[in-house]
Amino acid sequence: MSTTSVLGGIVRRREDPALIQGTGAYVDDIKLPGELHAAFVRSPFARADITSVDASAALAMDGVRAVYTIDDVRDLGPLLAQVPVGALRPLLADGAVHHVGEAVAMVVADDRYVAQDAADAVVVEYEPREAVVTLKDSASDRVKVNDSLESNVLMSWAGPFGMEPDQIAEVKAGIDAGKARDDVVVVSQEMTNQRLIPVAIEPRAVLADYNAGYNSFNVWSSTQMPHALAGAVATMFGLPTTSVRVVAPEVGGGFGCKLNVYNDEILVAFASRHLGAPVRWTESRREAGNSTIQGRGWVATATLVGTRDGEIVGYELEGLADMGAYSQNFTVAIPFLGLFVGSGQYKMPTYWKIDCVATNTATTDAYRGAGRPEAIYYLERIIDMYAREIGLDPAEVRMKNFVPAAEFPAATSPLGFAMDTGDYATNLQALLDHYDYAGWRAEQEAARAEGRNVGIGLASYVEVCGFAPAGLADLGFSWSAYGLPTAFNGSGVVRVNPDGTATVVIGTGPSGQGHQTTWAQIVSDQLGIPFENIRVRHGDTAESPMGVGTFGSRSAAVDGSATYEAAARVREKAAKIAAHLLEASEEDIVFADGAAHVAGSPDSSVPWADIASVAYQPHKLPEGTEGGLETHVVYSPANATWPFGSHLAMVEVDADTGNVEILRYACMDDCGNVINPMIVDGQIHGGLAQGIGQALFEEAIYDEAGNLLSGSLVDYPIPTAGDLPAYELARTTTPTDINAMGVKGIGEAGTIGAAQTVVNAVVDALSPMGVRHIDMPLRPRKVWQAIQDARG
Amino acid sequence: MEITLKVNRREVSADVEPRTLLVHLLRERLRLTGTHVGCETGYCGACTVHVNGTAVKSCTMLAVQADGADITTIEGLASNGDLHPVQEGFWERHGLQCGYCTPGMIMSAVALLDANSNPSEDEIRHGLEGNLCRCTGYHNIVRAVEYAGAKMRGEEPPPPDWEVSA
Repeated sequence: MSTTSVLGGIVRRREDPALIQGTGAYVDDIKLPGELHAAFVRSPFARADITSVDASAALAMDGVRAVYTIDDVRDLGPLLAQVPVGALRPLLADGAVHHVGEAVAMVVADDRYVAQDAADAVVVEYEPREAVVTLKDSASDRVKVNDSLESNVLMSWAGPFGMEPDQIAEVKAGIDAGKARDDVVVVSQEMTNQRLIPVAIEPRAVLADYNAGYNSFNVWSSTQMPHALAGAVATMFGLPTTSVRVVAPEVGGGFGCKLNVYNDEILVAFASRHLGAPVRWTESRREAGNSTIQGRGWVATATLVGTRDGEIVGYELEGLADMGAYSQNFTVAIPFLGLFVGSGQYKMPTYWKIDCVATNTATTDAYRGAGRPEAIYYLERIIDMYAREIGLDPAEVRMKNFVPAAEFPAATSPLGFAMDTGDYATNLQALLDHYDYAGWRAEQEAARAEGRNVGIGLASYVEVCGFAPAGLADLGFSWSAYGLPTAFNGSGVVRVNPDGTATVVIGTGPSGQGHQTTWAQIVSDQLGIPFENIRVRHGDTAESPMGVGTFGSRSAAVDGSATYEAAARVREKAAKIAAHLLEASEEDIVFADGAAHVAGSPDSSVPWADIASVAYQPHKLPEGTEGGLETHVVYSPANATWPFGSHLAMVEVDADTGNVEILRYACMDDCGNVINPMIVDGQIHGGLAQGIGQALFEEAIYDEAGNLLSGSLVDYPIPTAGDLPAYELARTTTPTDINAMGVKGIGEAGTIGAAQTVVNAVVDALSPMGVRHIDMPLRPRKVWQAIQDARG
Repeated sequence: MEITLKVNRREVSADVEPRTLLVHLLRERLRLTGTHVGCETGYCGACTVHVNGTAVKSCTMLAVQADGADITTIEGLASNGDLHPVQEGFWERHGLQCGYCTPGMIMSAVALLDANSNPSEDEIRHGLEGNLCRCTGYHNIVRAVEYAGAKMRGEEPPPPDWEVSA
């Protein structure tokens, strides 16, 4: 009887009418009276000492209000980081710069053009020093990235997780022993998982307004973590969190790059307080390459030991991950997320070690997938090489080595993590059957017979998401650094208003995921209040009692579960009131179509408006019932969730030009139960585009002096519509047992699954020529060169 | 410099610096903030508007160059409260997620359909190459434009292709 269902309802998005008519307000669209504009003076050197900063010419310009250097803000301390391992970023360069684009001074002026002119007029003298750019050079500690570091190697993530070093060494020794067996092959390859620039189409933007009367801040920021930002501003200015309100209005894409507290956010707040006026800053695309975090950046060697009939005896991954110059929010924790999924879907002895090293480049942190795409890339590439080496079909090799379905729920992965639910063989078989894999191979054979270089790539993945189980709070899954020492709880408030409509307030920080729609579906399904009578609010710390934000594919599984539970409790109370009004038994009350009904008595019902009206007139309530119809639930899951899937790609390579065309891209994803298939499919589409973008096009390229050579969209080609295929999607459904809705998460799955699927396909196309591996991105020139090299 | 132009069917005058970009005139002086800025290289297309009926990236045009021009922005696309078929298509086929590229994407798609009322999928994909989207992977943008094209031709739009389950 209800208008929507938690499972499978397709509802047009609540968010869209404003966005398609140009009336949605992003930070740069909000204007405050008397607002001022900030611009930054940025370092042209990757490593240099600063000998002087002369702002006199800038200060003499009409309309310039202030020029700030570190001397003005040193007392605030360095930028807070949730995992503060390594050098922390000074708010402005303090006597030295450590990457190109580091902010040296901030100019504030009446107008954004004047602010930029004045920034250009600030004269900074530098004494350049040698920069450390490549990972192996950094790891050698030949030159320190920053004088304050004892070593450029900031920390190491090794597994199996939870083992002592000597136990991990035993695992490694066991795999090494396997290499000596005479019935195995050992396949090994060093591979680069290149640095990427997230490129949310909305550049970051922040607007701060200090109120002297209340000694408080209002901050609007394009952020995925409004509460953490509020906590950070409060902590750095020595205020209670109640004195800072952060609003994340419309946010134009995030993908992890807005999952950070940035120095510019703190600095415009400082300037607003200092100047007594609102101050804003909007990033330009060119500075975004260096002023916003980047992702990936690993060089590692994967080694696989397996028998000639396809049984994997052991897997090792050893390598380096690039942290950049300063540690920000999670930075050094990102490879840890890779460790979670380092053994993928397989049951095999696994040794895993990634060292986090600093370089004189922009900070790295979470970019869609965050550690998991890297980990899965290495694993799925080396399995593909192994399959080719022993001459077995890549699907068959995978099937032989999956963690069996019988080990779930709570199967322990070889790297020591408890995985909630999974049925990998069923999922892969569904992929092969649904898309007729045998037919694809036949098509490939026919194409090859015509001389066309057609290849098929297969790859399987697991993801870990829905962070975080409360037990992980002590490992840094918390906003404790920002004065919010909570576990990464879900937060949901459900309030039925006196007129029978409902307001839902959640702790997420979406940037296009459609939470207003999905959460209205969850609550509508629980309460039987029509979808259109439910308003979902997020992103405003003054409204939401707490919130962790949106990242790591966590929102539906964690905040969604909190909301689901909150709605259930409101329903229980409403059932009491309805039973009282209808003179029926509470157990017989059901909610649907905007009313409470007595089961079995179709004529006996009371609309939500009447129930709510009574709830807010306590004298009409049954004795002992409190007034109001509102619940706030803080939800902490027992475990993370583990989505999975397998993907297939068919590509054609033009051997004369090296150009790669994706002919087909087909998915079989499993994210547990699905609330809105339209939105879930959309998340997969976007994730695939970013994974394919990494495989074929994108790369943050630094020269040996530490200059970012690909900082604009001209040099950093994110995929266009013409570069990508139409995607073919299907899914299996293995609900999680961790939360009541059975949902796992889908935001990152496409990205985690895609890059190696494409690379496997390209290598498959070129393998008859002897090509074994090509490092991403597979741009035409690189592919062409690999063909030339293979042909000798 | 004093300029006079028509924006969304209304005549407006403004005193602008010679270096003022058209997009900044629209956004900051006329407060038409539906037109977005995503880069400064004319590459992303978030700032696309119609100038005398042609799709133009308004970050690559000076305000003074628009003196006397007839400009339509995303705010002027719907008429009398009725969504343009392209706007409707984006809503019906989930052609947007964060919405930041959407106004520019819609303005380009309108120009595309004005020039070719029945484009193939390939023509749609290549026709929109000047507009970058980072959320949708373009799949549903293509479907949205197909929907709009059918509507504008007076045909029944093709059904949505999202999968429910394998």
